[in-house]
Amino acid sequence: MDIFIQQVMSGLATGGIYASLALALVMIYEATEVVNYSQGEMAMFSTYLCWSLLQAGLPYWVAFFATLVLAFVGGVLIERVIIRPVEDAPILTIVIVCIGLLVILNSVAGWIYSYIQKPFPTPFPGEPFKLGNIYLGKHDLGEIGVTLVVFVLLFVFFRFTTLGLAMRAAAQNPVASRLVGIRVGWMLALGWGLAAAVGAVAGMIVAPVLFLDPNMMGGVLLYAFASATLGGFTSPGGAVVGGLLVGVIENLVATYVSFIGTELKLTVALALIILVLLFRPSGLFGRVTVRRV
Amino acid sequence: MAALLEARSLEGSYGRTKVLHGLDFAVEEGGITTILGANGAGKTTTLRAVSGMVKTSGEIRFAGQRIDGRATEDIARLGVAHVPEGRGTFSQLTVEENLRLGAYVRRGTGALVNEFARVYEYFPVLAQRQRQVAGTLSGGEQQMLAVARGLMLRPRLLLLDEPSLGLAPMVVREIFRIVRAINKEERVSVLLVEQNASIALALADHAYLLETGRVVMSGPAADLQRNDAIRRSYLGY
Amino acid sequence: MPSRSVKAAGLILLIAVACALPFVLSGFRLFQFSQVFIYAMALLGLNILTGYNGQISLGHGAFYALGAYTTAILVDRAGVNYALTIPAAFLLCLVVGFLFGIPALRLEGLYLALATFSLALAIPQILKYFEHWTGGSQGIVLSKPKAPWGLPLTRDQWLYYLSLAVLIVLFVLGRNLLQGRVGRALVAIRDNPIAAEAMGINSALYKSLAFGVSAAYTGVAGALSGVVVAFVAPDTFNVFLSITFLVGVVVGGLASISGAIFGALFIQFVPNWAQDISKAAPWAIYGIFLIVFMYVMPRGISGSLRLAWSRLVRPKR
Repeated sequence: MDIFIQQVMSGLATGGIYASLALALVMIYEATEVVNYSQGEMAMFSTYLCWSLLQAGLPYWVAFFATLVLAFVGGVLIERVIIRPVEDAPILTIVIVCIGLLVILNSVAGWIYSYIQKPFPTPFPGEPFKLGNIYLGKHDLGEIGVTLVVFVLLFVFFRFTTLGLAMRAAAQNPVASRLVGIRVGWMLALGWGLAAAVGAVAGMIVAPVLFLDPNMMGGVLLYAFASATLGGFTSPGGAVVGGLLVGVIENLVATYVSFIGTELKLTVALALIILVLLFRPSGLFGRVTVRRV
Repeated sequence: MAALLEARSLEGSYGRTKVLHGLDFAVEEGGITTILGANGAGKTTTLRAVSGMVKTSGEIRFAGQRIDGRATEDIARLGVAHVPEGRGTFSQLTVEENLRLGAYVRRGTGALVNEFARVYEYFPVLAQRQRQVAGTLSGGEQQMLAVARGLMLRPRLLLLDEPSLGLAPMVVREIFRIVRAINKEERVSVLLVEQNASIALALADHAYLLETGRVVMSGPAADLQRNDAIRRSYLGY
Repeated sequence: MPSRSVKAAGLILLIAVACALPFVLSGFRLFQFSQVFIYAMALLGLNILTGYNGQISLGHGAFYALGAYTTAILVDRAGVNYALTIPAAFLLCLVVGFLFGIPALRLEGLYLALATFSLALAIPQILKYFEHWTGGSQGIVLSKPKAPWGLPLTRDQWLYYLSLAVLIVLFVLGRNLLQGRVGRALVAIRDNPIAAEAMGINSALYKSLAFGVSAAYTGVAGALSGVVVAFVAPDTFNVFLSITFLVGVVVGGLASISGAIFGALFIQFVPNWAQDISKAAPWAIYGIFLIVFMYVMPRGISGSLRLAWSRLVRPKR
């Protein structure tokens, strides 16, 4: 039982990371119907920026928040400068642009920072807590805490502020939004900025565990896809639940099903994606869209 | 008195297809003007042209300023509330959220509570359904929501695109009654596009008749009501 | 569009040039062009599915791998003549693709992309798992075949002509398919599936067939690549291959047969140019190329050519 609880807790911790990246993916998808394949690389690059700030001597939390701001600005710039020229192009064209962005970010990160893994500090160091027979890693708990804070903040922003409402409106019905005076283009840019910041959180939280290297987010991105698929690409709440579920399932399967070692963990995520898609394509919480002719 | 909205030689196209061929029309300050015509005459396109939603050439002036070529959201911010064909409500958001969005350009300029109160006075049925998701409202209620949302902008000009479409006659009469009240009490000028000529002419001061993108007749609404050709083709008697 | 005789003349000219190249280019360059032909086959396959029929696949590397390993296993383990493995790969992938097409019917746009993306990711692991057949991570080594019937050609020249011949066959087949009733049905399904059904088109059948044919083309490409490269290994068939195919199709031009050639040229040569420009971050250059390409030619090379031609012939009023 203790092992179970422990695995669930650590599953929730990694699940929080998947959930964060999944949330970023869903935010952009809701607004633009585009899956931003470069979301993981944007998060990775932001984490490297944080690393540079830390190397320059800034205390952790200062660097953390500075990175959030940088990531936000970066996201806004990317949307306005790189995505905007193709915003009315066919979907696949935009997909290729995102892939181009992915490749550029990965390559530039490797060039500036090299491909050698770097350690990344955690703001939650120290020995694990011991509750009875259960060990709860400080970083794991920290991960859960940080991701919870991010979600609550986002929830409050979107549900209770006018700007959040305007962003939701712009994503759902850009034409009507323009008619009430909302600058839809800037709402999109804001969405990308926020998504980038959320992704940066995911990156900075996972780096202490996976070690910082340009290919760090590849696997995480895949799990984020699995999470968003499970929860429903059209439901931000679903993305969060999906992420937590994927994290927990991944851990439990690895622990209790013997022939699935760490290599096949990835296959578990893939199998999950395919299963969900076959039986419930719109995910647990996604909207089934009725198509009108 | 210069007209609030003036269009001169207005041409409008969708891509390479020209739909409006040089329109001249005007909406007087405080007045209600209607544009009539059959399906495909270009009425909706005309409103879209005013709102900057289609490619245009020619001049459109609002309160003396040229608005042709400007972005839709900027035109809205000048005080033009466009209630589009098909209502254009945010169907996944609640009635209250829809109205709040209607006042988006006026956020931070004082208490919104008063705006809500004013709008609920005109549309009591919306007050009862504040927390209801807009997509679940009836057709008539959605139309009212669309007009109410336009009102939240505190517009000088209200563009109404076929408000009677798909609604029962009683509901249509109620909505038109409210529009007249808004016009009188709030001094909101109205440009109404309608297929239902009789009800439009009963409401409006001035009317234009559009046929395949051209104005073929214009004048005081009463004159058009009495005109034989109009009576036969558009009023059905 | 230019008149038929102009097009036919242009095509004959192109083929003549292609046939002359082996006597002008070095062995390595020939190898590169053989790769171009192979990629063109794969891209045409993907285009049938994604361009003409609107089903997005991020997993065509799987069929490429299937074709390649079919050849490798048949030649290496069963001693089959390499030429026979090509139709074998075609048939196998046709069936497998069709079977894939059936569950794919339930998936729309994004979700199909995700499912095929997951498939692409899983392929290297699956290939390594079935070590006994696939040779595991080491892969299977083949030998480049000699020119048959005592023809005075080097191996590279022979393989070049072989690839070119298969390409021409597949292109002609594809053209007849796509410019006829079948092609129109596919496009109808892509553009307005509900209306297509209402018109009596059996969407399910056509969509699954599209998957099958598309897989078959890509499988043949894979089989040929096994012969030309003479080596197959799991890590070659990773997700980047599938992504590269998608890039090739979009850059070349969706729903266009000529687009396959343009796309193949792009994916074969642009990475090399990128490396010439910057040793340190070649993929960054590649990424910039991609993005700029999409700005300048959002409908791919063939789309832009079509646009340019129509402007020349019928200038804007």
